[in-house]
Amino acid sequence: MQEWFAEIAADFTQSFIDSDRWKALLSGLGVTLLITVLALLIGVVLGVLVAVVRSSYDQKKKKGGLLGVLNTLCYIYITVIRGTPMMVQLLIMYFVIMVSSTNTMLVATLSFGINSGAYLAEIIRGGIMAVDKGQSEAGRSLGLSYVQTMRFIVIPQAVKTILPALGNELIALLKETSIVNVIGMKDITKWAINVQGRTYQAFMPFIGIAAIYLVIVIVLTKLVSLMERRLANDVTRKRDSH
Amino acid sequence: MSQENGTLIKVEDLQVTFTEPGRTVHAITGLSTEIKQGEVVVVIGPSGCGKSTFLRTLNMLETPTAGRIFFEGQDLTSEECDVNVHRQKIGMVFQHFNLFPNMNVKKNMTLAPVQLKKKTQAEADERAMELLRRVGLDDRAGAFPQQLSGGQKQRVAIVRALMMEPDVMLFDEPTSALDPEMVGEVLDVMKELAKGGMTMVVVTHEMGFAREVADRVIFMSEGNIMEEGTPQEIFEHPKCDRLKDFLSKVL
Repeated sequence: MQEWFAEIAADFTQSFIDSDRWKALLSGLGVTLLITVLALLIGVVLGVLVAVVRSSYDQKKKKGGLLGVLNTLCYIYITVIRGTPMMVQLLIMYFVIMVSSTNTMLVATLSFGINSGAYLAEIIRGGIMAVDKGQSEAGRSLGLSYVQTMRFIVIPQAVKTILPALGNELIALLKETSIVNVIGMKDITKWAINVQGRTYQAFMPFIGIAAIYLVIVIVLTKLVSLMERRLANDVTRKRDSH
Repeated sequence: MSQENGTLIKVEDLQVTFTEPGRTVHAITGLSTEIKQGEVVVVIGPSGCGKSTFLRTLNMLETPTAGRIFFEGQDLTSEECDVNVHRQKIGMVFQHFNLFPNMNVKKNMTLAPVQLKKKTQAEADERAMELLRRVGLDDRAGAFPQQLSGGQKQRVAIVRALMMEPDVMLFDEPTSALDPEMVGEVLDVMKELAKGGMTMVVVTHEMGFAREVADRVIFMSEGNIMEEGTPQEIFEHPKCDRLKDFLSKVL
């Protein structure tokens, strides 16, 4: 038994401590988190824009015009992005579209942001449609513009409805960044692959990063449910009749 | 009642058609009328007669298929007209209140005037408290809509619309979603408004209110005005059979 513990300890030291590997791990963790956060920001912006275009087109009685063109573009965007694998999109972005760029962080955040935006767009659109139509009518009847009504009245209520789904998307995004090593980025997954290559130890590095992903996801889940509870205090998405 | 003779709203040959899958609904069929400054007009009629659609078209929440609506001389149906500007002067109260559940009562009231730069936040806050006092709800300024009763919600909805200092108030069945014991408190606020000289167009089933407050009652049926007149003419001496039939059911 003691021998077994000693072996584990040795493995641990070799994987994490020797050659200052923990420093590389920390910088890998930085890469993973940075891609996730930046991609989320890009994704939310894209998602809101696409969702607003799509849902206002749905509500419009006369189809066609500029909004019709935008709606078609958004539809193509969502279809293509959701219809192809993330890794393929990343490779295309790196080797085809941004072939002259050596900034892998830029390539990765753009790819993941664009990918995330397509999923978020549909989630946000669902949230917007779930807000009672009377809400935007009340806003417009006071003289607020469409954008003001969306910003102050509809979207805040939509966010509350879609928060659990947003949490899901954030978690999926974090985990999906583990493929960035295909364009040569040193995230925590790449770190584990490197450590295994050097030390021939598989258990420690891979179980180690699995634990790290898991801990981040648990923390994120907690944060999302905290936000849900905070919003629940002052927002109900129920139609406010009696 | 202060009765000036200026025309505030003029409706010319209004038509509203909805296309639903499989059928076309002619909600308004060539309606023309005028609403004068300070006038209280009550619109009555059987359900599905187009009275709510008519009211909602007055501030372009429904888009007319044909015809024109002039508000203070401006054609709301023309392409160049910025409807948002005119809506600021047309207050609207809905059957289902439509208070913003993500804001407290005061914020509900001050959002539009502050965002539209009609008032500073401080001015708006002060005005909001003044109006809330008038409807006896100043102690609920910090409450959220779901903490209010139906009658309180509707009173807040009315003062929210008043915050924009509108020239006309539209009421779309303001008491229909209320429990019976709360109808009175809302009607009282509306009566106060009418006494103060506000121009009002009210779609309602409250015949008592119509009798007491209206300058003119419009009876609608099948998307148009069938008969109109003073409350006395409409309720005591109805002419057309449809109105007689309608009144025999609701009175």
